[in-house]
Amino acid sequence: MNWLRAPASQQAGVLAEMGWVLIIGATVLLLLTMVVLVLALRRRLPGPVRAWTVGAGIVFPTVLLSALLLYDVLRVEGLERPPTADPLVIGVTGHQWWWEVRYHDPASGRWIALANELHLPAGRPVQIGLTSADVIHSFWVPTLGGKMDTVPGRVNRLAITALAPGVHRGQCAEYCGTQHALMALHVVVDTPEDFDRWLAAQASAATPPADAVAERGRDAFLAHGCAACHALRGVAAGSELGPDLTHVGSRLWLGAGTVRNEPATLRRWIADIQGIKPGARMPSFKHLDAATLDALAAYLGQLR
Amino acid sequence: MTSVAGAGPIEAPREGLPNSLPRPPGELERLRAAWWMPTGWRRFSAVNNTYIGVLYIGTAFVFLLLAGALALLMRAQLALPDGQLVSAGTYNQLFTMHGTVMMFLFAVPIVEAVAVYVLPGMLGARDLPFPRLSAYAYWAYAFGGFAFFATVFVGLAPDSGWFMYPPLSSRSYSPGLNADFWLLGIGFIEISAIAGAVELIIGILMTRAPGMTLARMPVYAWAMLIVGLMIVFAFPAIIAGTALLEMERAFDWPFFDANRGGDPLLWQHLFWFFGHPEVYIIFLPAAGMISSLVPAVAGTPLAGHRAIVAALMAVGFFSFALWAHHMFSAGLGSLSLSFVSAASLAVAVPAAMQIFSWIATIGRGRLRYDTQTLFLLGFLFTFVFGGLTGIMVAVLPFDWQVHDTYFVVAHFHYVLIGGVVFPLFAMIYHWLPLVGGQRLDERLGRWVFGLIFGGFHVAFFPMHIAGLLGMPRRIYTYPAGLGWEWPNLISTAGAFTLASGILLLTFDVVRMLRRPSKDHDDPWRAPTMEWIPNEDFATRSIPNVESRDPLWQRPSFVEEVVSGQHWLPGTVTGLRETIVTGARRADLRHLIILPGPGWLPLVAAFGTAAYFLLLTVKWVITAHAFGLVAIVCTIAWLWQTDRLPEATDAEVGRGVRIPIGAGGRASHSYWATVILVIVDMTIFASMAFAHIHVAMLGDTCPPLGAALPAALPLLVAGAGFVLSALLLGGCARPLATRAMSLSRALPWLTAAAALAVAAVFVLVQAHDAAGLAPRAQAWGATVAALLSYVGLHAVLIVLFAGYLVGRAGAGLLTPRQRASFDNCALLWWCGCAQGVLVAVLPHATAWAMR
Repeated sequence: MNWLRAPASQQAGVLAEMGWVLIIGATVLLLLTMVVLVLALRRRLPGPVRAWTVGAGIVFPTVLLSALLLYDVLRVEGLERPPTADPLVIGVTGHQWWWEVRYHDPASGRWIALANELHLPAGRPVQIGLTSADVIHSFWVPTLGGKMDTVPGRVNRLAITALAPGVHRGQCAEYCGTQHALMALHVVVDTPEDFDRWLAAQASAATPPADAVAERGRDAFLAHGCAACHALRGVAAGSELGPDLTHVGSRLWLGAGTVRNEPATLRRWIADIQGIKPGARMPSFKHLDAATLDALAAYLGQLR
Repeated sequence: MTSVAGAGPIEAPREGLPNSLPRPPGELERLRAAWWMPTGWRRFSAVNNTYIGVLYIGTAFVFLLLAGALALLMRAQLALPDGQLVSAGTYNQLFTMHGTVMMFLFAVPIVEAVAVYVLPGMLGARDLPFPRLSAYAYWAYAFGGFAFFATVFVGLAPDSGWFMYPPLSSRSYSPGLNADFWLLGIGFIEISAIAGAVELIIGILMTRAPGMTLARMPVYAWAMLIVGLMIVFAFPAIIAGTALLEMERAFDWPFFDANRGGDPLLWQHLFWFFGHPEVYIIFLPAAGMISSLVPAVAGTPLAGHRAIVAALMAVGFFSFALWAHHMFSAGLGSLSLSFVSAASLAVAVPAAMQIFSWIATIGRGRLRYDTQTLFLLGFLFTFVFGGLTGIMVAVLPFDWQVHDTYFVVAHFHYVLIGGVVFPLFAMIYHWLPLVGGQRLDERLGRWVFGLIFGGFHVAFFPMHIAGLLGMPRRIYTYPAGLGWEWPNLISTAGAFTLASGILLLTFDVVRMLRRPSKDHDDPWRAPTMEWIPNEDFATRSIPNVESRDPLWQRPSFVEEVVSGQHWLPGTVTGLRETIVTGARRADLRHLIILPGPGWLPLVAAFGTAAYFLLLTVKWVITAHAFGLVAIVCTIAWLWQTDRLPEATDAEVGRGVRIPIGAGGRASHSYWATVILVIVDMTIFASMAFAHIHVAMLGDTCPPLGAALPAALPLLVAGAGFVLSALLLGGCARPLATRAMSLSRALPWLTAAAALAVAAVFVLVQAHDAAGLAPRAQAWGATVAALLSYVGLHAVLIVLFAGYLVGRAGAGLLTPRQRASFDNCALLWWCGCAQGVLVAVLPHATAWAMR
């Protein structure tokens, strides 16, 4: 119940408060109704029948639900109001089965493409513009707020004002095909200074290879057609069919939150993605020899 | 017409009972002979409601077990993290089929099936008003349903979820036949449901026992009446939606493709406009059953009878305003969302009203703790629980967290299993003696209840936790370390326990049904009339009702009915008969003849099922051959209808005579056709909605690249439709006083039909000349869809014309016997009206969008 016990954004806080009101309220109402039932079973139900059919059956729920509606509308109104401060705008596009993320680089004025991991500055309002490149997905990070569908042809908006640094897991919440189950994402909330540093790093071109192995890896990347789907800013324009890998080494997880980003898993991902996430659009590269795979993993791993 | 017809409603004789003893010799034998039940394999041609009802209930129960087996596979896969039991692709087929089969092949059919079996008896009618229609609906459902389920075994089962959202379910993302099987498979259920609705509405409003005023009608009958009306308005939306999606997949008409001006949300609106009322269509019968059960087990009349009826109406009505609560995270505007949230909360009030009325009834009665009572109590706890989680998810912010998680899965299983399956199981224990006289074993019943109730809560309560912990729906596996392991493992254990309880129940039911039949001797001392001893002909005489609880009102009531002292204790014409009564006060109106066994409905159903299934696998020629078989059988079957015997009136009681048959608006077939017209117009309205929705999405209407047709051809086409309708009406003028001759029918009907067909041609030509390109843009696709629908009506109009010419030529269209004409005319006029509307709609929409 993380979103109930540890909400980490302004919006999630409101949702958690309402969640507890509802859970406690529903439990109390269930108990009360069952007490009434037990009284009836023991033929000890007091009062005229009308008190129950009209009083308990119509008047009581109407009053209670009207109060609930009022509470609901008033609480939600706060959530809907656009933030007064200048929000950070992020674009998220759902794909089968990964998340394309776009940030605006203040230095160069361009939009940069990342994948599967968002960073947010604590305390600053964020507006996420959501759409989809293929089917309907749903962006959902429970501890940071409610979900919003990504619908092709529409741009939906989700507001998040994160409160403190931390790492949060999210998962696609609208059935989107074979690997809907393995379409997670992570959101890292940084201090504002860390966030600016992170954004500047992400906006830069791909880190040049540090040693010979990594250089072999870069050559392998170009030679084996990886750029047909993946972009590496400064190395290959690539395409938008697959996630941008310019800073893949900086991410906590790979494959849309499927496996942790470690050297061994990165290598296994390239060699045998179909074994880990069957049906994913990227083929396995089992046919590459061990040395090439090592080099590729080493190169991509150092793209921080 | 006879002298009785103009005299107004006919009252029962003031003194004593309608008929007296002793009954004439041979009367009972003649009645039995009229209602003969074929034996051996010829049994399949039987059409009476008790036979079809048992088949229907049994088939739906089989689908419960099949879909339940799929669920067990799912639970086995989810018991542990990183499950390896089934692949992602297989799991996605499993959950899609589990939902689809449960909702379409179990839930709606079983509540209809129970009504088919029980309702005529409860209302005092001898059978449903259209026995062959029920038979057709059942066989189409059986053939189609099993063929559809078979796709699981060949890996062709649909896998885009039971609600099949595009773009995932469109051709680009679901290229295989799987989605087409779903779309065409649902077709059978749509047919069965509409047929069921016709039977229910007409049966409840027109064939109740004399004296059963609406105020005296049992709550279960009210529930089924409301359900019938809901089906009429809800199912057309999905009929239209599935037609559009299939056209998108087959012809590439981009209704839901955002790249070409379409909108995926259009599907969601159409689907959920059906989908939400659908769950109340499933629940209200169960609420009606509970209202039948509680008085019987508590031994006291239902508290708040009138308020419960009002509550049922309120639920039925409100349910049509709630569909968008399934779309709370889709990005709709906040004003509409707030309204829907408010309405979703409001619908809890009539539900609460019923709950407390049932509790109050229990409170003033003396409860007998038979197994059905245990299920009743289980229902009260579980349904209230599910209703409360329903209130929770109606609150927008809460739904933003739990939508599409296992919390919602828990919620709807609580209200569907708790709110529908528990009442169904209660009624199996309660009503089984009606079928073969045997009661189910009480000792076993305690085990059945314990395993089912316990297993259910162990299976589904943890899902609330899993959902609140962040576990989304429809995932074939989950990683370890998120805290989802324990709820899933416990759920799986519960699921298998629940399944064992259901299997135990199945075993007991089969065992009891195999025992030889005997009289049931009214084991529960229930108040309603389905408990009057009966045979194939239903009750010996049609009861004269004077109270809400007839069997409690007079101890001698049952004896009177069984000995033939109430209405129509025999058969007047030697054929199967029942009495049509007035809708409000159930005063005697006229006698109707009901059909006996026949093969046409079954063969037509097989042809229909084969047509749709073969079309799915693209065996077009064979498909059309079977379609032809279905059409020929249907025409042959219709040819047998609308035949009155020589006798014009019948004696149903001492000195009380009523007409045999009735024409015009007094005819039950007329009102059945009116219902079909409403269904037709609602399908049309859904398609028009699609057009308007798509038009509103664009910046201009018509969008860039498309053009409106010229006005003149549209006026010509409109005039053609109007003229066709007028000619049809004109053809019928002399029918009021003399039979229609071939020499009149042929030219008038040919001209009327030709005008309608020509009007369609002109319409299509006009759009074609304006450059209609359905594949290029959704706007054009919606226009093409509307044109196709009108074209379909033109084909029907041609068929009607031919049929009516045939009837006239055979001398079968007379002033007394004119239902064929009147009913065809209704549908014909409906088609012409739609033609006029389609001629006008694109311009009207564009004008409104300026």
